[in-house]
Amino acid sequence: MSLLASLKQDRRAIVGLVILALFLVMALLGSTVGPDAYVMTALPHEPPSAAHWFGTNGQGQDVFAQTIVGARITLAVGFAVGLSVTLIGALVGATAGYFGGTADEVLSLVINIFLIIPGLPLCVVIAAYLPSGPTTLAAVLILTGWAWNARVLRAQTLAIRKKDFIRAATVSGESHLNIIVFEILPNMISLMVSCFISATVYAIGAQVGLEFLGLGDVSVVTWGTNLYWASNDAALLTGSWWMFVPTGLCVALVGFALVMINFAIDEVSNPRLGAERSWLALLKGRGVRPGETTVVMRDHA
Amino acid sequence: MRKMLRRLGFYLAAAWAALTLNFFIPRMMPGDPASVMVARFKGQLSPEAIGALREAFGLTDAPLWEQYLQYLGHVLQGDLGISVAYFPAPVSEVIATGMAWTLVLAGGALVVSFAAGTLLGVLCAYRRGTWLDTLLPPTLVFSGAFPYFWLAMLALYVFGLVGGWFPLRHAYGQHTEPGLDWTFIASAWRHAVLPAATIVVASIGGWMLSMRNNMIGVLGEDYIALARAKGLQPRRVMLRYAAKNALLPNVTGFGMALGFVLSGSLLTEIIFSYPGQGYLLIQAVRNQDYPLMQGIFLAITIAVLAANWLVDLLYAWLDPRARTEAM
Repeated sequence: MSLLASLKQDRRAIVGLVILALFLVMALLGSTVGPDAYVMTALPHEPPSAAHWFGTNGQGQDVFAQTIVGARITLAVGFAVGLSVTLIGALVGATAGYFGGTADEVLSLVINIFLIIPGLPLCVVIAAYLPSGPTTLAAVLILTGWAWNARVLRAQTLAIRKKDFIRAATVSGESHLNIIVFEILPNMISLMVSCFISATVYAIGAQVGLEFLGLGDVSVVTWGTNLYWASNDAALLTGSWWMFVPTGLCVALVGFALVMINFAIDEVSNPRLGAERSWLALLKGRGVRPGETTVVMRDHA
Repeated sequence: MRKMLRRLGFYLAAAWAALTLNFFIPRMMPGDPASVMVARFKGQLSPEAIGALREAFGLTDAPLWEQYLQYLGHVLQGDLGISVAYFPAPVSEVIATGMAWTLVLAGGALVVSFAAGTLLGVLCAYRRGTWLDTLLPPTLVFSGAFPYFWLAMLALYVFGLVGGWFPLRHAYGQHTEPGLDWTFIASAWRHAVLPAATIVVASIGGWMLSMRNNMIGVLGEDYIALARAKGLQPRRVMLRYAAKNALLPNVTGFGMALGFVLSGSLLTEIIFSYPGQGYLLIQAVRNQDYPLMQGIFLAITIAVLAANWLVDLLYAWLDPRARTEAM
């Protein structure tokens, strides 16, 4: 059964995919159908009303429009970083795991060092020196975020490398590059998808955090700069909760959707979790409740 | 013993890497801190003063390796340069004022979140299939999907501003003097509860989920089946047999999560104007105070490395295998 087909049967995956699809549509169409996010449309700090569903911000811009328009760049950077980080992680991890020996020692050292150096302060130092903008943020997040995937995928490569089909490929004279790209990586697809999703969650969160600090281009509307302006225009002290609540909810919903999809993938690729769920479902169907020790079944009726 | 030394070597290598990154980042990027200083004083500086400033920032015309050695020497003596925002205070002094607050806030929140999350994970695995296990994980995943600082904003708004139950900013009351007396400690506690709670809410889900998954893995082991077959109390099987062994991966994760939680807590501090590293960090970003930013980066990295080393020691104490392998 393909990954997608089995995901369709998981309730959590469906919830996640639906939420994600809504946000993707919003990101793609947002600025073309919605109101203009950049113009001053009303008095500043207006609470939500029929004309401005989410109220207005400190510059009199429509918060609803800003929330919709902000999705595009935030999600674009998030997914781009997620993808790059996964690809870099896969290449480095597979190389380290496949070759082993000194190559592995050196690459693992680099991976572990990047893992242990705290990301946000490093991002701040690098981003502060570069011209601000979404591209800079993406570059910084890729540089500081690739190591986790490399570590996960290296471990998986170590497990795959000992399998017979890899030996067969080696004996039949395939090149190292061919083995990594055509034999090892395709066998880690579900893990790579799950890495991609968690990397995207990380990228969106970190990007919003850096922009909130003022390290993004504050003249561009993104979810991060929305929060930056909310904090700069004293949204809290003036009690203007509508300036920061919608954006934060959007960030959390996207993150939630992605994590839900990841859970479902985890269950599909981890037979133990899947088997347990179907066993519990079977018991439930028969009206039987598993006892605390599972060995003994108690009948409900 | 050899293994512990190896780990120590790794931390030293990581510290060196951080120092080196810290040295090369400003030199490979456009813009330089001394010109920012010059801009700040709007032409009131003579060329000699500019030269002296550049030298103070370590940006001399000497060959790169000479600058590098000089920089290493300075850092090892605790000299991180001069802060732009708090000119002319040295960066190390500025950082020292905030480090204790950050360590207490983030460290306390991390320990609470780790302990509570791990316990909840055990409970979820113990009561699998009940309402607890069906409701808790998605709820905590949802709360964990919020950016830390956003939760902080919401908490400040709801509990601080609207509810008025907690102070809105700073780490202790205006009229209290820092010291080891009860009024100060009570005041500091009241100020720390809300920011710490937001960090806990944002990070507890990860601990719970990983502990739950570890538990499910361990529960499939033969010795658990044996313990059950012997007729041991289910609670005893859960805590003494399963949880004890499922805890190990979580302890390893603790070290890794440290940097992440610390990063999140920096942003939380900014919302609460908590006088720790986060507060200094935003001052540094607003004032383009490069030496301070880099100093914070170094100080936090060193703190994370030291904490990881402590976790390693703890791990060796928890897991006999880690000790015997090292012999």
